[in-house]
Formats: sequence, C-alpha cells, structure tokens
Amino acid sequence: MTGRWPGKLATQAVLLANAVLVLAPMVIMALSAFKSTREIFQNPFGLPVVWRLENFSRVWVEARFALYFRNSVVVTLASLLIILVFGAMAGYALGRVRFAGNDALYLYFLSGLMLPIRLGIIPLFILMRNLRLLDTPWALILTYAASGLPSAVFILTGFFRALPADLDSAARIDGAGEWLIFRGVMLPLVRPALVIVAIYNLIPIWNDFFFPLVFIQSDRLKTLPLGMTAFFGQYYTDWALLFAGLTLAAVPVIALYVLLSQHFIRGLTAGAVKG
Amino acid sequence: MPGSNRSAGDSAAGRAEVAPPAPRSTPSRRRPPLSLRATRRLWLIVFLAPATALFAIFVTYPILSALAFSLYAWEGIGRRGFVGLANFARLFATFPYSQLLGNAFWHNVLVFGVTMVVQNGAALALALLLARSPRGAKIYRVIFFLPVTLSLVIVGFLWALFLNPVFGIVNRLLAGAGLGAWARPWLGDPATALLTLTLINAWRWLGFPTIVFLAGINAVPEEYLEAGRIDGATEWQLTRHVIFPLLAPAVTIIVLLTFIGSFNWFELPYVVQGVSGGPNRSTDVLSLFFYRLAFGEVDTGLQDIGIGSAIAVLMFLVLVTVSALAAVLLRRREVELA
Repeated sequence: MTGRWPGKLATQAVLLANAVLVLAPMVIMALSAFKSTREIFQNPFGLPVVWRLENFSRVWVEARFALYFRNSVVVTLASLLIILVFGAMAGYALGRVRFAGNDALYLYFLSGLMLPIRLGIIPLFILMRNLRLLDTPWALILTYAASGLPSAVFILTGFFRALPADLDSAARIDGAGEWLIFRGVMLPLVRPALVIVAIYNLIPIWNDFFFPLVFIQSDRLKTLPLGMTAFFGQYYTDWALLFAGLTLAAVPVIALYVLLSQHFIRGLTAGAVKG
Repeated sequence: MPGSNRSAGDSAAGRAEVAPPAPRSTPSRRRPPLSLRATRRLWLIVFLAPATALFAIFVTYPILSALAFSLYAWEGIGRRGFVGLANFARLFATFPYSQLLGNAFWHNVLVFGVTMVVQNGAALALALLLARSPRGAKIYRVIFFLPVTLSLVIVGFLWALFLNPVFGIVNRLLAGAGLGAWARPWLGDPATALLTLTLINAWRWLGFPTIVFLAGINAVPEEYLEAGRIDGATEWQLTRHVIFPLLAPAVTIIVLLTFIGSFNWFELPYVVQGVSGGPNRSTDVLSLFFYRLAFGEVDTGLQDIGIGSAIAVLMFLVLVTVSALAAVLLRRREVELA
C-alpha cells in the first residue's frame, strides 16, 4: 500500500518483535525438552548438545501422559459428537420449521451464550453426585455437550435458515422422509458451519481444566490439563521432564493449528467477528 | 447476523395450525392429511428434544438452582433452612468474608484495567500495522494467534518455569542485559505477582483481539479511505477520523469479552499460584474465592456453600448487566452506521 521505506521498516520491526515474543518461549520450551535438567540450567538458550528423547518416553509412560491423552481424546470427541448431532437437529428444526414457540426456544438456547455455566458449578456438582456420575467421564461429556449446544444452535440455525426455500419441498415431492431430508439433503449443505461449530468448541473443551478439577478424582480418569497439574506437583525439580511434558501436551494442538490455521482463526473468533 | 430476520424458507410442516404473526409472502399450501401432520409433529419433537433436555438439565437447572442456593443456610453439602438474604449480609459485613471479597474484587478490576490497556492497546496497534498489508502479513497473523489455542495450564506452567527466581530465563536475561538489579521473584513477590500473571495472560490472549480488530479495520470500505486521501488526509487522520469510529462495534465486543474473561479469571491464578491466590492473597480473585467456599480450602478449611452461592449470584448479576449494556450499545451503534 502506501508508506515510505522508513515506515515500512518500522512496521516490520514491530511485527517481527512480536513474532519473536510469541515464538521464542515455545522454541525454548521445545529445545529444553531434549536437554538434561543440568543442561537447562547451564545453557538455557542454546541447542541441546545431545538430542535426548528419553524425556519424552518417560513422560509418556512413567508420568502417564498416554493415559491422560486418551482420556482427553475420548471426552473431547464424545462431547463434540453430541454437540454436532443434537445441535444440528435442533438447528434444523428451529431454522426450517415454523411452529409455535420457535422464537422462544431459539432465544432460550441463546441465553446460554451469555451465562457462564461455571457459576452453577455447586448445583451441577450435587446433580452429578445424585446421578452417580461424579468421577466418571460422563460428568465431563454431559457438561461440555450441554454448554456447547447454544453456540451450535446459534450458528447452525442461521445456516439452515439461509438455505433456499424450495429445497425441502422439492425433496418432499420426490418422496423423501423427514430424516432423509435432514441427513441427505440439508446436513451436507451446512458442512462449513459444522466445521466452525466443531473448532469453536474443540479448543475450549480440549483445554478445559475447571470441570475435571471439580468432577474427577481418580488418576486414571484425568484429562491432560488436570493430569499435568499432578505431574508438575510430582516432578517439580525435574525440569527436563517438565519441559518434555509441556511440549508433548502442546504438540497436538499446535500441529492441528498449523494444518488448519485459517479454520481455527475463523472458528475461534466466530461470534466476535462478523461474516 | 442470523436471528434478526427470518427467511421465508420455513417448511410447510406444522405451519397450518399456527396463526402467522404477520402476513407471509409464501403461497398457501394444501393442508397435509392429519396423519402426516402428526408424523411431522413427532419428528419435530425428535429433533428438538435431545438438545433442549440436555441444555435444560445441565445448564439452566444448575444456574437457576445456584440463585436459590444463596437463600439457604448450608452445612457442608447439606441444605438447611431458608435464610433470605442472610448469606449476602454475612458476605458483605462479616470477617473474613467482606475483606476477602473486597480484595478479590479489586484484583479482578485491576486485571481488567491492565488487560484493556496493555493487551488490547497492543492488539489495536498490531491490527493497524497488519491492515496495511505489510510483507508477511499472513504469516504474522497465524503466528500471533497461535498462543490462543494453547491450554492455560501449559501457558501457566511454562511461564512459572521461565520466571523461577533462581533458574528461570527471565532473570538470567535481565542479568545478561546488565539489569541484574531488576531481577526478582516476579510471581513470589506480592507486589509484582498479580501484574506478572496478568501479563502472562495477555501473552496468551493477544492474538484474539488483534484478529477481531483487524477484521473490523478490513471491513472499512476502501472508498472512504480513498475519499479521505483525495482530500489530503494523512494516514493518522484517516485512522483517527475514519477507521476508529467504524471500529466501535469491534471495540465494544472486545471490551465485553475482556470484562467477562477478567471476572471469570480462574485457571491461570489457580495453576500458577494455587487455590489461595498466593503469595499472601495477592493474586486472589472472585472465582478462586468462590471455588474455595464451594469446595473447601486446604489451609483454612473454610467452606460455605451459602456464601459461595451468594458470590455466584453477584457475579451472575454483574455479568448479565454488563452483557445487556454491551448488547444495547452494539445495536445502537449498528443502527447509526446503517
């Protein structure tokens, strides 16, 4: 665009400085994961003298990261599946079918976008206890699914509404049943919206620390963020192991982000950015 | 945005028996036979029931119950008699609750203020630079947003290691730059702990407001800027008098989200400083105080669900008021711009 070269240079200097501020801590984290604790203390910024992988294998097995990973994957995928299926069904009904109370129900779901469910944690805890779901993955899955539904309903209802009016009547004339119209005709057309809903919910669920802290006691059921706090308490002097644990925990999200960065940026800012 | 106006694309199912609120342009269709209508109604229930039930049981019911819980006396997890507003009175007027409440609330205010100035100020500056499409703008965008995807547990522990007073790289960098006198236990000193924690939080979140502001700037019609340039306006004048006013909706959203985030702040202080908001309550915030009252504290054993629920109700009221205010502001500004 415009601007003479001193201006451009200053712009690049600022942007580059911020990029370093963002990336340097992560690079140092990853490099430290290959060092010994002594080497981290003596030479925190340089490359490792020997690239040792044993920190990672110890974290994976000894510190039970394999288990925490599996728990996080199960809980996250189950929650996302419920959010997408139930959210799409409700969004379809709210966006395509005229019935008494449609607007009221839509607004009811929307209220969930504003109210942080965490404020209801005491009743929720008692509810889970009475349902005998405390210290099970279901306490997490049901909480995440229920609190993710408002965003799904909001986004998907809008997309379903925007589909052409004649679509379902045409399918109906062809003799398609309700489920087929939904599953075979409508759902494929809102696939971009499903991606947005999935990413919008994926990161907060995967990263959540609060609900496991409250609901999960047994070590074998801990998700990654909660497992990491136990790990840090146990190995707090073994910095090589700590950095390896942090790196290992960060890698899946960063890898996914590098592959799908545009989807992530759009999905995570959905609601704050129009269009 | 979806929700404001409904397209005429609603299906005919179930419409016949509902009087439309306004004249509709869709041609009237033949009323389907009764059995078909009943089937469609059944389908409607099948489609709506799972989401509605899940949301009602695990979101609405707990939030409404929390409001009711604040009006009862509690012994541990057992509910006793109705006490009206007594929990609120104890929270505001008795030791140690009122002191802890004031302390925690003030910290939330500080976090909000510092985040607004440092994080969102920097984000606006970065967005303005990125909007000029400098070389590498796309890569910068991706890099800046990266920490937003990281778990706050990772971020908290990582910076706790970096800020370790003896072995951490931050103090070593300061020493290396000849600023060894500045070195201190950033997270262990009550004077700096909260500010340090807020800056760690800003490091993690900075990319988010940057992207939101950037989208707002990019939405400014190019003709407005062209017209300004033809009239001889400088870049700063264009920024100040064309871009800033049109950025108002994005700013409102970021202020609201920063407010909600600041008043629900929990993970970072909990992970880095512990449930008591150490050292010496210098990083205590409302969510930590609430959590301790709800689930007990290791050192004091202070647990009171009634008072905890009273805090939840107060936080709830503050959030609803501010959110509603922001919604009104947003709508008004959008009307002005339309």
